[in-house]
Amino acid sequence: MTTIRTAHAPPGVPAIDARADLHIDPEDLTVVKSRHPWRWVAAATMLVLVAMFVNGLVTNPGWDWPTFAQYFTAPAVLKALLLTIQLTVYGSVLGFALGIVLAVCRLSKNPVLQTVSWTYIWAFRSIPLIVQLLFWFNIAYLYQTLSLGIPFGPSFFEFNVNGVISGMTAAVLGLALHQAAYSAEIIRAGIISVDSGQLEAAAALGIPRRRQFFRIILPQAMRAILPNAANEVISLFKGTSIVSTMAIAELFYQVQVVYGRNGRVVPLLMVATVWYILLTTVLTIGQYYVERHYAKGAQRALPLTPWQQIQRKMTTINAARQESSFGGVR
Amino acid sequence: MTRYAVEVRGVHKSFGNLEVLRGIDLLIRRGEVTVILGPSGSGKSTLLRTLNHLEKVDRGLIQVGGQPVGYRLKGSKLHELREREILQQRTRVGFVFQNFNLFPHLTVLDNVIEAPISAQGRDRKEVEAQARALLDRVGVSDKIDAYPRQLSGGQQQRVAIARALALRPAVMLFDEPTSALDPELVGEVLEVIKQLAGEGTTLVIVTHEIGFAREVADTVVFMDAGLIVEQGPPGDVLDNPQHERTKAFLSKVLQ
Repeated sequence: MTTIRTAHAPPGVPAIDARADLHIDPEDLTVVKSRHPWRWVAAATMLVLVAMFVNGLVTNPGWDWPTFAQYFTAPAVLKALLLTIQLTVYGSVLGFALGIVLAVCRLSKNPVLQTVSWTYIWAFRSIPLIVQLLFWFNIAYLYQTLSLGIPFGPSFFEFNVNGVISGMTAAVLGLALHQAAYSAEIIRAGIISVDSGQLEAAAALGIPRRRQFFRIILPQAMRAILPNAANEVISLFKGTSIVSTMAIAELFYQVQVVYGRNGRVVPLLMVATVWYILLTTVLTIGQYYVERHYAKGAQRALPLTPWQQIQRKMTTINAARQESSFGGVR
Repeated sequence: MTRYAVEVRGVHKSFGNLEVLRGIDLLIRRGEVTVILGPSGSGKSTLLRTLNHLEKVDRGLIQVGGQPVGYRLKGSKLHELREREILQQRTRVGFVFQNFNLFPHLTVLDNVIEAPISAQGRDRKEVEAQARALLDRVGVSDKIDAYPRQLSGGQQQRVAIARALALRPAVMLFDEPTSALDPELVGEVLEVIKQLAGEGTTLVIVTHEIGFAREVADTVVFMDAGLIVEQGPPGDVLDNPQHERTKAFLSKVLQ
């Protein structure tokens, strides 16, 4: 057995020279990076496949790009796109607003509110969206008039349901109510993910109840809520195509109308597809920056934006290149 | 006004079947420093938390500054206060947590000014000036715009102390303020508390730092199994304990 002695050995005891049996200075050692030939093979195969796909998109006449170009920015399509965006915005805003209320009810100490919220979420997650939409669309069969007044007592105002609930209203109502059930669960998950010490500290400082929620808890919950919420908004955006069954002229309905007339199914489906992709991209980029905003304080430093990452990568590549060109001299 | 900052009388508290406080009586004079010692599970943190109604007591009466905590006393009945009134009461009691519980999404300055503005409705400018002075006093004035996670544990706890002081509380409660800290950071936090003790603030401190207790405490309270076993000046309780359980605890801790 060898005895290990440190450099701080007591005087009189000789310290062991840790470099005695080494032929070179360890500080002069250089690293040779390992090679990964299979990575190159995999990358090359992938690139060939991608090239074949792109080639197909360009050369296959079936895609019919001239027709695509003709309809991509046609006024009717843009108008339908606007309606799709409106449905998404109303559905999301109303859905998440009601979702917050439902989540707070489920987390409240009041058993009636808890039960009502639980039942709502149970019901609206159980009913297929399309069935629910058709119910709203046909609401006038169930209730001919809506009235405002004292419960079980006299009413002050009366509306004709058919006059109030148009196809658009039915669609927004259906989407929002459906969305609220899912949003409520996402928001609840976010709220319970916040450390209970935060609420305790806020209570100990005497911060008013509403302020505790909006200033202390919700901003921290947002970190857990946002990725899921963005998922929901994106899925709602595409999900609006379901209201085409109610003859509402949103994007998908509109392209169906056009290809029903001219028979060019594929290019018109591509019109809708590309618009869906474009706007989903915009939403995704938005999501990135909103998440970054709420990451404040969660990490020691904010993550770099993609642009900053590219800049940094370029700097390291340049630095490496300069180093290797100097390497020969050294 | 009574001469006591905190009055605890006949307090009982159970969690399920476990009675963690089994009849506590404790009077704390204005401007005094009280250190509560005891083995873990003895109920000392629970007692501290009842003082600002973070825990409700099952029986008994707690008064801070002569006012019942969490209740309004009418005849022989305690009427529960509304949440808003309880929150208002808490602004007179500063609480420092073991895990700091700073708000991670707010800067150091925003952590300190939040409650004085939203709970006490004070003017932002005035509160900011006070916050800067407090942060300077606890030695983190160079971190005013940093986020809590960018600070060391010791710095975070000192910010938490400044945050509690910003409410200008009549009583400051410390729940094991150095237990979550690396050993080399304990001293800087104790230094700040010592400074407060010297200024005549009423302090109630739950801690395991016996040396610190000896140095700053006017009264040491020893708790075991939900009861106060012994209390008195540190010279008596720490150096000449009368009770077997105090002796056993101190001999273990002071080894």
